Amino acid sequence: MTEVGAPIRRQGPARVGTILDRSVPGRRAWSLPSLDVPEASVPEEHRRASAPQLPEVGEVDLVRHYTELAQRNYGLDTGIYPLGSCTMKYNPKVAETVAGFPGFQRLHPLQPASTTQGVLELMWRLEHAMCAITGMARATLQPPAGACGEMTGLLLMRAYHEDRDDARRRVIIPDSAHGTNPASVRLAGYEAVPVRSDARGLVDVGALAKLVDGSVAGLMLTNPNTLGLFEEEIEEITGTIHEAGGLVYYDGANLNAILGRCRPGDMGFDIVHINTHKTFATPHGGGGPGAGPVGVKEELVPYLPLPIVRRGEDGRFDLESDRPRSIGRMHGFHGNVGILVRAYAYVFLHGADGLKEVSELAALNANYLASLIVEDFPLAYPESRPMHEFVATAKPLRDATGIKAMDVAKRVIDLGFHPSTVYFPLVVEEAMMVEPTETESKETLEAFAAALRRAAQDAREHPELLREAPVTTPVRRLDEARAARALTLRW
Amino acid sequence: MLDAIGLSSLDELFDRIPTPVRLDGPLDLPSGVSELEVVEDLRALAGRNRSADELVCFAGAGAYDHYLPSVVWALAARSEFSTSYTPYQPELSQGVLQALFEFQSMICELTAMEVSNASLYDGATALVEAVNMARAGDRGRVLVSEGVDPRLVETLRTYGTGPGYEPEIFRARDGRGGAPEVEPDVAAVIVQHPNVLGILEPAADLFAAARAGGAKAIHVFDPLSLGVLAPPGELGADIAVAEGQSLGNHLAFGGPYLGLIAARAADVRRLPGRIVGETVDVDGEPGYVLTLQAREQHIRREKANSNICTNQTLMAIAATIYLGWLGPQGLVEVGRQSAAKASYTAERLTELPGVSLLHPGAPFFKEFAVRVPLPAAQVVERLADQGYLAGVPFPAAGEDVLLVAVTERRTKHQIDGFVAAMGESFT
Repeated sequence: MTEVGAPIRRQGPARVGTILDRSVPGRRAWSLPSLDVPEASVPEEHRRASAPQLPEVGEVDLVRHYTELAQRNYGLDTGIYPLGSCTMKYNPKVAETVAGFPGFQRLHPLQPASTTQGVLELMWRLEHAMCAITGMARATLQPPAGACGEMTGLLLMRAYHEDRDDARRRVIIPDSAHGTNPASVRLAGYEAVPVRSDARGLVDVGALAKLVDGSVAGLMLTNPNTLGLFEEEIEEITGTIHEAGGLVYYDGANLNAILGRCRPGDMGFDIVHINTHKTFATPHGGGGPGAGPVGVKEELVPYLPLPIVRRGEDGRFDLESDRPRSIGRMHGFHGNVGILVRAYAYVFLHGADGLKEVSELAALNANYLASLIVEDFPLAYPESRPMHEFVATAKPLRDATGIKAMDVAKRVIDLGFHPSTVYFPLVVEEAMMVEPTETESKETLEAFAAALRRAAQDAREHPELLREAPVTTPVRRLDEARAARALTLRW
Repeated sequence: MLDAIGLSSLDELFDRIPTPVRLDGPLDLPSGVSELEVVEDLRALAGRNRSADELVCFAGAGAYDHYLPSVVWALAARSEFSTSYTPYQPELSQGVLQALFEFQSMICELTAMEVSNASLYDGATALVEAVNMARAGDRGRVLVSEGVDPRLVETLRTYGTGPGYEPEIFRARDGRGGAPEVEPDVAAVIVQHPNVLGILEPAADLFAAARAGGAKAIHVFDPLSLGVLAPPGELGADIAVAEGQSLGNHLAFGGPYLGLIAARAADVRRLPGRIVGETVDVDGEPGYVLTLQAREQHIRREKANSNICTNQTLMAIAATIYLGWLGPQGLVEVGRQSAAKASYTAERLTELPGVSLLHPGAPFFKEFAVRVPLPAAQVVERLADQGYLAGVPFPAAGEDVLLVAVTERRTKHQIDGFVAAMGESFT
């Protein structure tokens, strides 16, 4: 950890040119065998006129350059990554090993089923595990990310209502919801209607009841919600929607909090999406890939996207595509299968007992960490006990010192950690949303809490340390306004 | 730890869950097992698949067995890349951000377009996003060439049910071309070139017709054709999209792949997904950030044009390293060898009795469609027994139509063996 007054040390050179800057005409990394068949001629009018400006570098240049870039990046393997709502938990290495088996990695998506029985069985087993965990009847593994899962779920909702000649146009979403929810609602052709949170940070059930009528197609809800709080009146909420003929959609962003404790299906949800990187620890790759399987109750099964894995009476598997009421296709092939293999490894490594423990430790870690920092950063909703993550606020600190949540985050970077999410959810002022996950040790939680407390102390005693932070990183605070104004998006 | 938070049991952490919805027993799943057991389970499952290491791959139709050099995943799999999140804290994420800036640059160079983004899910969903970009005001209709891959059209039709458009197919003649009627309510004209049958389209003419009618010309391209073939920018496309799998990514039974999208600078604010921009820090040193976020769902919420949050960053990093490995000459060489080997394969296959090109005389690139004397699905099964992935049946053109793709990776020896095995399979 950097001590106050310690000399500033920047990691590595500040300036790293692009790979193009390493280019030397004629240098190359590629090698291929000589052409062993006659040359084919491409008609003149189809030929490329201008050569693309790609780097001309040797293999060692590539290795040095991208190794240097990797070293300028923080990952979960570097340290705690407590981004609230994002769920950055340790990614077991065994998942990488098995996903790399040629029997998965080197399969063409359109091979005949006779040559892909193993992967189809894996998909079948994973689908049924997802259903067991969420309390659903069937699932599609096709959506390549959570937001695509949302879109899938909403199109299923739409197909269900249209099949009943029931034209509905509104979908209700809590005001604390993730931005993908309202965006997906609009893209599905619905109108997003916000419902407010009450003083406890939970859906205001009275306000909800007033919004619900025959025009409501459904409700999208995360539970525990985006504030990390369990919606205690969940049965009443789902009941209200069902009574009006609507469906209830479970945003699986926080499914990792309730594994083995309760299931969306039992709470009255009809449609569920799962973010595999959150709940099943598939590595998030700097922003992707993900996978967003969607599970549904029996009455929605006919609408699931195509294809879907089928097990025949002889125990053989194939991809079923003759389902006339299906909404269609959400991905060019079968979804992010390489990620699903990793999720499968995680699910069966942990099993029923291990998954339950995942949620227990996630909640324990979050509550313990909250207790260590609450004096400096009080909970935004102190009346409700958080589950796997919590929303604290830097508002008292800001009022006292002028130091903002973002400054605290940048100081935490100088103290050696990735900071929490800041300024989300939007409904909390100076929000700091913290999700340590179950894979961090007590010692790491304490060290991270010490950094936050230290940042608060520095805010009172040496505020310049926060305003100028970070100073230990390859670059310091970046001018985002200039980036948006000057727009340099390529070389 | 429980003491510190004033609780006596872990169960109390869950006491806000109402009793009626609590799970009584354990989840209906087996108990956890050791890592070794997981590895053995998955090894057994993987062993029941016959991969492209075992079967010589002539299958394409959107996913291609190009050679993937060792250096790509030796670097892309580094855990600083693979275990990081979307770069919300740019000071800790310069590696991913710069790699994505390089990716955007390379995609612009490849396509001869002006702007690109940090990737989308895959080729099919990239086309959906391109259509969302193009649809505005009174222009809502979407015209699609018959040469566009039916699975892309199916994806478009599915996503189109939300905003309320239905892709309208315009017919080709002899496997290519066609005459889209670009009326004032048409938003986009979509052409895949080379098309789903591998045939080279009169793309420049079709795009000119689209633009003359005031619609956006959308080009579905093959990234590894662009060392040889004219890129979307030279052909006059407004938006270019592609499946980027062939750029350094594994076949992986269909994913994770990556969607490529590139456009003209004037449309940058309608471009979906994450975009990385260059800027400077407080000391004036250059650095990279996510930019134009005002377009995105986390800011615009229900007014956003796209719901993209997660993309395919790691696949984009792999693509960047692969394109760095190829450089301009390697890109030409992959295209040249693929085209030559496809041409040779077509010539040899059509020497077999009962095998003919679906569209004789139409120029193709690395993939082509043949009629075979048996149902194509049956040919594929028989060839799998002989150690070949013979191609992809294309029932839209007939039960006897087979799409055959040939990359630089295939050797003359493999092709000759494939042709011989195909011949034997008919008897």
